[in-house]
Amino acid sequence: MNSDKITKGVLLLSSLLILFVAGGMMYSLVEGAIPAFKSFGLKFVFSNNWNPTEGKENYGALPFISGTIITAVAALLISLPLSFSASLFIGEYYRGTKLAKVLGTMVDLLAGIPSIVYGLWGFYVLRPLLIDLGLPNQGFGVFTASVILAIMIIPYATSLSNEIIAMVPNELKEAAYSLGATKSEVIFNVVVPSARSGIVAGYILSFGRALGETMAVTMLIGNSNVIPDSFFSTGNTMASVIANQFGEAEGLKLSALIAIGLLLFLITGIINAIGKFIIKKMA
Amino acid sequence: MNDNSVTIKDPVLSIRNLCVSYDKGKYAVDNVSADIKRNAVTAIMGPSGCGKSTMLRAINRMHELYENIETKGNLILNGKDITDMPTIQLRRKVGMVFQRPNPFPTMSIYDNVIAGYKLNGIRLKKSERDDIVERSLSDVTLWEEVKDTLHKKGSFLSGGQQQRLCIARALAFDPEVILLDEPTSALDPVATSKIEDLLVKLKENYSILMVTHNMSQAARISDYSMFMYLGELVEYGKTKDMFTRPKDRRTEEYLTGKFG
Amino acid sequence: MSSSANLMVDNLGRRTLKDKFYKVLVVVLSIVTISPIVLIIYELIVKGYRQISFDFILKTPPDTFEAMTALSSGELIPGGIANGLTGTLLMVVLASVIAIPVGVITGIYLYENPGKFLANLTRNVSDVLQGVPSIVLGLIAYMWIVKPITNGFSALAGSVSLSIMMLPMIVRSTEETLKMIPQTIKEAALALGVPYYKVILRVLIPTSFSGLLTGILLGISRVLGETAPLMLTALGSTMINLDITKPTSAVPLLIWEFYNDPNMVDLIWSSSLLLMAMVLALNLISKRIAARTK
Repeated sequence: MNSDKITKGVLLLSSLLILFVAGGMMYSLVEGAIPAFKSFGLKFVFSNNWNPTEGKENYGALPFISGTIITAVAALLISLPLSFSASLFIGEYYRGTKLAKVLGTMVDLLAGIPSIVYGLWGFYVLRPLLIDLGLPNQGFGVFTASVILAIMIIPYATSLSNEIIAMVPNELKEAAYSLGATKSEVIFNVVVPSARSGIVAGYILSFGRALGETMAVTMLIGNSNVIPDSFFSTGNTMASVIANQFGEAEGLKLSALIAIGLLLFLITGIINAIGKFIIKKMA
Repeated sequence: MNDNSVTIKDPVLSIRNLCVSYDKGKYAVDNVSADIKRNAVTAIMGPSGCGKSTMLRAINRMHELYENIETKGNLILNGKDITDMPTIQLRRKVGMVFQRPNPFPTMSIYDNVIAGYKLNGIRLKKSERDDIVERSLSDVTLWEEVKDTLHKKGSFLSGGQQQRLCIARALAFDPEVILLDEPTSALDPVATSKIEDLLVKLKENYSILMVTHNMSQAARISDYSMFMYLGELVEYGKTKDMFTRPKDRRTEEYLTGKFG
Repeated sequence: MSSSANLMVDNLGRRTLKDKFYKVLVVVLSIVTISPIVLIIYELIVKGYRQISFDFILKTPPDTFEAMTALSSGELIPGGIANGLTGTLLMVVLASVIAIPVGVITGIYLYENPGKFLANLTRNVSDVLQGVPSIVLGLIAYMWIVKPITNGFSALAGSVSLSIMMLPMIVRSTEETLKMIPQTIKEAALALGVPYYKVILRVLIPTSFSGLLTGILLGISRVLGETAPLMLTALGSTMINLDITKPTSAVPLLIWEFYNDPNMVDLIWSSSLLLMAMVLALNLISKRIAARTK
């Protein structure tokens, strides 16, 4: 009896540890960010002046916030037709076949490629290609980063939506076929509407991934601390500015970077919570 | 064949040498030929696994959705050979209602009824649509029950109402024959009897071929009956005759409850 | 009615064509979707295979000057990534030692207390943790370990950031696997009067072992290639280092260093090839295990 109590206590403690870690993360980020917010207030979020020069120190994160959102949205838009097709391939057109299995495995493997390897490939293979196509800035910039990001997030959207698409009951599809619909008509009028929330949740989760990716983006976006003025101009993201400027950071600059980390933590946390909420509501 | 059955003049549908196999060489439906009477209810009975649903689905060529199912034989609908007609054209002429009610959960009641038109990309004027919805729902005696909630989702209806909605969805296309695959097996007795009454009424305007798991249902509402066993059409005739004087020993054993 | 029947026949060809078009589109786009994996692996092999040798695994990297000399005489760059391999191994093992017990035990807690407020909270928090960008975890480990505990960049800090990354994956896979065990097995053991902890150790964990292993291996394969959090925590080292309180290299960190050094840049491909091989191997092994138990 006593040992049972101890066991239960250990289980409980371990679960509390996770809550403690999550709470501690929040606390540490807020604590670390306080100096930056104290010095700049809300201007930290809305100013686009990022200047670490001593004496003229000013930190405004708007270039990074906007760069992050622009690259993530662009990545999502680029990945959309690709992962949607792949999930239809796996979950509908070739459901249950060997071909679907092979494609599914390869899509999963995309998630296994380290970010830095994506970065190298983008730098040495994709970028020269884009330069040939006339991309300015030596091929660096929002567009290049978004293309690589799009490839990186494909597996997150695909694996969820192909499962949901494959779960659409056969009876429903047969009902539509029995009315004379073609396969594509069944897909667009019955399958996709039925699987809609799962598909949306998949895209939300993959969007969350895109927001936080660091290495590949750092290697391709051009790392200029300005708000990108076009799709092809250079920029910077929240994750990559932390990676780039952390090495020499101290004092107020360190606090500013931690504050960016806090914002990133909050944004991705909210996006993920929304995605998971939709999934839970479906189940 | 026998004098009191099976010669059916001007049949709505003729099935000729229909064979369906899931595994090569093993027939779930084995060389079935039959003529289906116009403006009547024809029931297909038999123990589970006898091939009755498989045959029904073969008429709507549902099997073409799946690999490895082989179908042979000919189908003649109103004198026209439909064996090689594109399925999307054929299925518009042959309505189908399934075992479990399956209204489209993402569509309203109204949209469910005209789903066939929508899915087939046929554009109708609003007045035409309204007419079709009202006529089809009235045909299945659902109009009065749902006319105020037409634009709500169909999934909130009771099982029996959902199944009547599915029948309305099939009727909306004015099919030449309606196939029903055990349409009441998922329903309670009250809903079942409503559907049965409905089918008897519908035969004035439609030709109905239904699979049933329930021989008393066949006795109650069908004009003609088929008895299938192990993929074979054992006996086919007027329901009255078959239930009173079955000709085949297997039919008799089935009807007296020796197996099934 | 007959007018709609005519419409029907009229649009038949167009609809069939549209149907075919969509199928072709889906197939083409699906091929485009998976082409990067093929292209990337191809690139790594073609550019990296010549460098792979025993030396590459057993030796540390050359200094820039040595690399430059080799380059100018057209030879392969000498040396290898031994410091990265040992560092990766050290940090991944340490991260696993931290994350596996906590993750598995928490997974058991969630499985044993479904519907409880605390369990739901933990599950949701763990789900949200899974989406935290790895660079943020680097910041956290910097604030928790580098500054107060090891007084400088360290393998321990790297491990902590990786372990927080692995945790949610292990929690989730543990709970999901346990859910698949028939309730009767557990009840049979409890009915025999076996203490609860023995039921966990002798029944729950062994029965779900392969499922747990799959989750753990997948978790490891995900952190194996992580670079960003290690830049903020382990920093890197030119020597093999097994002291967890000291800066330590890792394969992805080395790739980053090579990438930034024009003389060493040729080494990125072979290092990436080796890293990818490790990640893919873990992935395939875990898939194999998962497939075998199904």
